[in-house]
Amino acid sequence: MTTSAWGSPLIALAGLPNCGKTSLFNALTGSRQKVANYPGVTVERKEGAIALPEGRTLRVLDLPGTYSLDARTPDEAITRDVLLGRVRGESLPVALIAVVDATNLERNLGLVMELRELGVPLVLALNMMDLAHRRGLELDLQALSQELHVPVIPTVAVKGRGLPELLSAVESAIQANACPVAVPDWKKPDAERIRARFQEVDRILKVCTKKSSAPAYWTERLDRVFLHPVLGFIVLGAVLALMFQAIFSWASVPQDAIEGAVAALGRWVGGFLAEGPLRSLLVDGVIAGVGSVLVFLPQILILYAFILILEDSGYLARAAFIMDRVMGGVGLHGRAFIPLLSSYACAIPGILSTRTIANPRDRLATILVAPLTTCSARLPVYTLLVGAFVPNITLWGPFRLQGAVLFGLYLLGTLAPLLVAWVLRKTLLRGPKPPLLMELPTYKRPSVRGVLLGLWERSRLFMRRAGTVILSLSVLVWFLSSYPQAPATVSGRAEVEEVGSARVSEAQLPAIHYSYAGKIGHAIEPFLRPLGFDWRVGIALIPGFAAREVMVSALGTVYAVEGDEENLQQELGARLASSWTLATALSLMVWYIFAPQCLSTLAVVRRETNTWRWAFFLLGYMTALAYLASFFTYQWVSWLGR
Amino acid sequence: MNSELKKTLKLGELPRGARAKILSVRAVTEEMTRNFLEMGILEGSLVRVVHQAPLGGDPIAVEVRGALIALRRQEASGIDVEILHESSPHSREHSSQQASHEVSLS
Repeated sequence: MTTSAWGSPLIALAGLPNCGKTSLFNALTGSRQKVANYPGVTVERKEGAIALPEGRTLRVLDLPGTYSLDARTPDEAITRDVLLGRVRGESLPVALIAVVDATNLERNLGLVMELRELGVPLVLALNMMDLAHRRGLELDLQALSQELHVPVIPTVAVKGRGLPELLSAVESAIQANACPVAVPDWKKPDAERIRARFQEVDRILKVCTKKSSAPAYWTERLDRVFLHPVLGFIVLGAVLALMFQAIFSWASVPQDAIEGAVAALGRWVGGFLAEGPLRSLLVDGVIAGVGSVLVFLPQILILYAFILILEDSGYLARAAFIMDRVMGGVGLHGRAFIPLLSSYACAIPGILSTRTIANPRDRLATILVAPLTTCSARLPVYTLLVGAFVPNITLWGPFRLQGAVLFGLYLLGTLAPLLVAWVLRKTLLRGPKPPLLMELPTYKRPSVRGVLLGLWERSRLFMRRAGTVILSLSVLVWFLSSYPQAPATVSGRAEVEEVGSARVSEAQLPAIHYSYAGKIGHAIEPFLRPLGFDWRVGIALIPGFAAREVMVSALGTVYAVEGDEENLQQELGARLASSWTLATALSLMVWYIFAPQCLSTLAVVRRETNTWRWAFFLLGYMTALAYLASFFTYQWVSWLGR
Repeated sequence: MNSELKKTLKLGELPRGARAKILSVRAVTEEMTRNFLEMGILEGSLVRVVHQAPLGGDPIAVEVRGALIALRRQEASGIDVEILHESSPHSREHSSQQASHEVSLS
């Protein structure tokens, strides 16, 4: 958005979910958009600018879709609060565009009735008009406009049709409005009021409709397969399989590229600086730390691309419908399926996507179990340990033991959130089974532009997080593991710096031993002994708290293994295999299934629940689970091996 | 139970494919009732159970006022409907759609 738009009059787009509101917003504003959050809540605020033909500028706000101003979810509450002038720092819109799906007027006009009562200048955008025509709708637009007392403009947002007419209607509506914009007077409607509203809709439509539109042909056809009791499950399974394939194998190419680029940047920057604290801070702290998180960008983008496409096309609601029985069985909402699915890439987008769950208790339960899902940051640790400790023997056909163990770890990471949800819903978050009331929208071809814009926004938000939270955490972890420094007699890292060569210094203790992290590692060793971990694992667990995957490089530091990526994995694997027992390795894998080793997740939980209480609860229960599970694993495997 | 005789039953008991007219909407809570109404599940509208989820046929997807709405049978039991026509799941999908428009408009 250009700065010239600042201070321009604000208009808002309101409409039902899936009415094409966001397409219209994108068509009106193009790339002149600004995405942020509303103060205090993580509801996306999307603002854009429109240059009017006469040279004036309008600011446009894309409000979250809602069925009524009587809000059920945090998103819907924002729509209500913006329209009623209750959001601090947000100016009241001078006009509203009610976006309506022309193929389904009898449902969409109910909200228009409610918006009309606000008294703000209103223009109705009759969107998807081409589709409605094709489905046989014949409508007297003039009569509709007269009956509603609102200008009605037919539009086709995805093709940019009707936009000039829409804007000039908005312009006239603003100018025709003599009275200044005032905070509307709104009362929560009772059931009778809603009934009356829809009766009025039916009356108006009877006057204006010459021929109503036929049902969506393709939606019916597709749903016979996608919602079929047997085929529906198979299709969902295939979609999920494709998604996992994409996240874990297609992403590896850009991930390797990012890793290479980060390493190259580290060497490049390192080349300018003499060995010392500044170089160490920049190369080992900042670049390595942020790089370790940036590596996940390709996976997160692929995940989001899938979710955006599935959501835009209308399939995601069907997936929630099919999975409702499973989710409902453990006391979660059918919609909880989507956050849990996202959590396989990263718990953070998963937690953010719980916003579509209306009931706060249901939402909280989902937030609290999402971090148990096996996120992709656990994968590097699993890969290292499975590769080092599990023999790669063939079980049967193409199935090998290593793959089976990895599958088992994922299986546990899938069952754990469901089990914990069930326990939570029986104890702390007891309550009635969350109701399910959800529209299954007609299928649409997802718009390439909408998906690309969505991806661009996500990557920006993610990069910003990497640049702020993760950057500062990386610096903190770097500090803890670098200071106080080792006595001068101990060989530092400079000696083993030659790239590509992996050397092991057996005799001396690594520098990290003398640092704060080392001290903490020693201090917690007594607690970790029953799990089969010594102080070295304790040390590696500390940086691993910032982000799980950092554990691998931390173990590298502790065991004084240096070298490039490939060498590190192999050498470290060999070192661990010689100094750990199988029981220790299994115990650590099990630890990683449950342990809350991710400060960013805790920060997001704090922000989403608005209290540290639940973030600490999460930290506490996951640590307790991890401890118990590791304890039993270690003791049991040790006993078996005796 | 003897729904064939009375022709009045709960939406949650409506067999798949049958179409019915909504007689009254009274959910467990006032809020839930309002939510039903806002979604277009209101007196006089025509409904038809179009899909049932796998594993026990719950939740169901009903077609009402031109949209497909998913809800659980238990919640759907707060909605009384009058069955209009006994039909098999596949026979009159299109005609029921048309009728739904005519009736809800009149």
